[in-house]
Amino acid sequence: MERNPEGENLEYGALEEVFEVPIGPIHPALKEPIRFTFQVRGERIVDVQIRTGFAHRGIEFMGMRQGRNLIQILYLSERICGICSVSHPIAFTQAVERAAGIEVPPRAQYIRVIISELERIHSHLLWAGVAAHELGFDTLLHLTWRVREKVLDILEELTGNRINYAIPIFGGVRRDITPEQYPRVWEAIRYYRGLLEELLDAFLRDPTVEARTRGVGILEPKEAEELCAVGPTARASGLRKDVRQDRPYLAYSDFEVKAITPADYGLTPVGDVYDKIVVRLLEVGQSLDIIEKALENMPEGEITSFPKIPALLAHLKKAEGEGLGWHEAPRGEVIHYVRLVSGEESPLIWKVKAPTYSNLLSWYPMFEDQEVADIPIIAACIDPCICCMDRVYIVRNGKEETWTKEELLRLSWEKTRRMRR
Amino acid sequence: MSGWAIFGQAVVVLVGGGLVGLFYRGVDRKIAARMQARIGPPLRQPFLDLGKLLVKETVIPKTAVAWLFSAMPFLAVLASFTALLYLPLGPFGPVLEGHGDAILVLYLLAIPALAMALGGFASGSPLGVVGAQRELVMLMSYEFPLAVVLVAVAWRLSELGLAPAFSLGTMAQNPLWGAVGPLGIIGLALLLVSLLVVTPAELAKIPFDIPEAETEIAGGLMVEYSGTYLALFYLADAVRTVVMAGLVVALFIPYGLAGRLGLSGAVGDVVDLAFWLFKVLLVMVVAVTTVRVGMARLKVDQIARGFWLRITAVALSGLLLLVLDKVVMG
Repeated sequence: MERNPEGENLEYGALEEVFEVPIGPIHPALKEPIRFTFQVRGERIVDVQIRTGFAHRGIEFMGMRQGRNLIQILYLSERICGICSVSHPIAFTQAVERAAGIEVPPRAQYIRVIISELERIHSHLLWAGVAAHELGFDTLLHLTWRVREKVLDILEELTGNRINYAIPIFGGVRRDITPEQYPRVWEAIRYYRGLLEELLDAFLRDPTVEARTRGVGILEPKEAEELCAVGPTARASGLRKDVRQDRPYLAYSDFEVKAITPADYGLTPVGDVYDKIVVRLLEVGQSLDIIEKALENMPEGEITSFPKIPALLAHLKKAEGEGLGWHEAPRGEVIHYVRLVSGEESPLIWKVKAPTYSNLLSWYPMFEDQEVADIPIIAACIDPCICCMDRVYIVRNGKEETWTKEELLRLSWEKTRRMRR
Repeated sequence: MSGWAIFGQAVVVLVGGGLVGLFYRGVDRKIAARMQARIGPPLRQPFLDLGKLLVKETVIPKTAVAWLFSAMPFLAVLASFTALLYLPLGPFGPVLEGHGDAILVLYLLAIPALAMALGGFASGSPLGVVGAQRELVMLMSYEFPLAVVLVAVAWRLSELGLAPAFSLGTMAQNPLWGAVGPLGIIGLALLLVSLLVVTPAELAKIPFDIPEAETEIAGGLMVEYSGTYLALFYLADAVRTVVMAGLVVALFIPYGLAGRLGLSGAVGDVVDLAFWLFKVLLVMVVAVTTVRVGMARLKVDQIARGFWLRITAVALSGLLLLVLDKVVMG
């Protein structure tokens, strides 16, 4: 901390002076590197600056520029995020399928839905545990993470992996759900149905959790709308915003997904951390509903329209066009944009927009006039995924650079001109 | 008693207190782990931790006030171990009986907290400063109810004509539960409750661990301490746990087993000592382990404004009931 010049009298003066408290890039409250610089008076936050870019790995660049074909890139997209490891491939495959005009058989769509809803359950439980840990309530952390094991086991049973499932492929999915696997999935659903009430009870009716989360990190509905918050962050503020409901894709129109807000739990949405817990826990129940319906109505038939990989690759190489894919990841809307050029194996453009990128700005109103003690839980409450979000970071000659909107616009015009030539 | 005899006893008590403190820390961690559905570390883990810390490099930050920063761990250890000598140990009275009273123990318990706060301020780290400020706020909040409890018990003892009323030895030899009327028993129960609530705060354990608050301020006032210095604070903390639990036992559950079992002499003493150790463990599990497993961390203003007003109120009403009991019942 850089002390103010007059701030020498620590015992008393410190409570009056504005201190700079740096949190991150490495700090126990943060699971991934990002830097907050707080201006703090006593225990109150006066101002905050957020700096990102510590986890940028250049995944899009690797996909576009290094001669990888689309199937290789598919596995790369899975590794954008460890938790949303089916959300990114689902958005990416949809983008490519739209660009190349590939149909996905209904059964494959259902399997994609099931896997992505299982992922939502595991992601939300993971978040709930992290939130409890940030509040200093490690018992809840251990209990939620223990019950999370069940869904990871099911994912391993269905896909062969706890994370990085490698399930979607262009035109379908890589593995079917076999008849022997159904009872195990049903059993897991029953397990979580029985647990959900307990989880709601442990989190929402605990006096200390309530004391630490009620009225903390409030995001007003208006702010959520103006700052384009997505996912549970927006829904906790009462916005009925969910890509599965607003622009249904895959088989989601069959399940009539309704965006969940705290109002569904009989609460008036405030947009604080408590509401974010409510929304995420209720969404676990919603995912269970969707999986149940999907299992009951699973259509028969093929699981991919391109059983042979060389045929798929040949088709993709010929394809020309652009496509957008979207998906409601556990953290909110994820978008992949792809532009394919005929005769090229790699896409000309691959652009990813992760949910955390949209939610980043909602941190500013949330941190306003909160206490130092609230920093960890507010930082955690949007369920930030920094490695998803860090898409660009410019360092030239050892110096970091920031580009303004105008400069970026100028660059994109120049690029368009180059491409037309 | 001769000086040498006192010295000999003191060495036994200090070494024993340190061992028991560390062992109980292991028990605390094991029980907490079991409650959280974990396996937990082996019971000897605190000894291993301490040994490991002692061989690690001790870093003093460049921005720290070096002499203050280095002196504080020693002060904390010194104060917590000295407090052991004023503690009635089951069948045995305090080693330094007559050389200091309960008020001294209060100060000895407060010194490690102050030492940690000063060390935090001296560390030159912003997180240390925030932690130290929080420690001071906590200290101001919990010292008053703690003092009220001690004063209430001592006052009632002096009314019974027992002297010296402020000695922990006297308090332990004359349990008040039998000497007061129904109102007094309610009053004593309230005092016991407030003392049990003060215990985790005194030891800075969840929900009162705000001076360290790992996820918020990364260890707070301990953030710059390492190696030997951290080991000393660790040891001081373990011993303070025993002292604090021993204080609760001395004030409210000083009963022995030997008399009831008809044992006397050395066997009786051993049984009573074991029973005393068990009571200390029980108090620790009830007031520290279960509480820290069952709650989230509170915020400093929640502790200072909301919570401590209530505990002070509980302690004061306990005192009031004791007074009423004396006045009404005679």
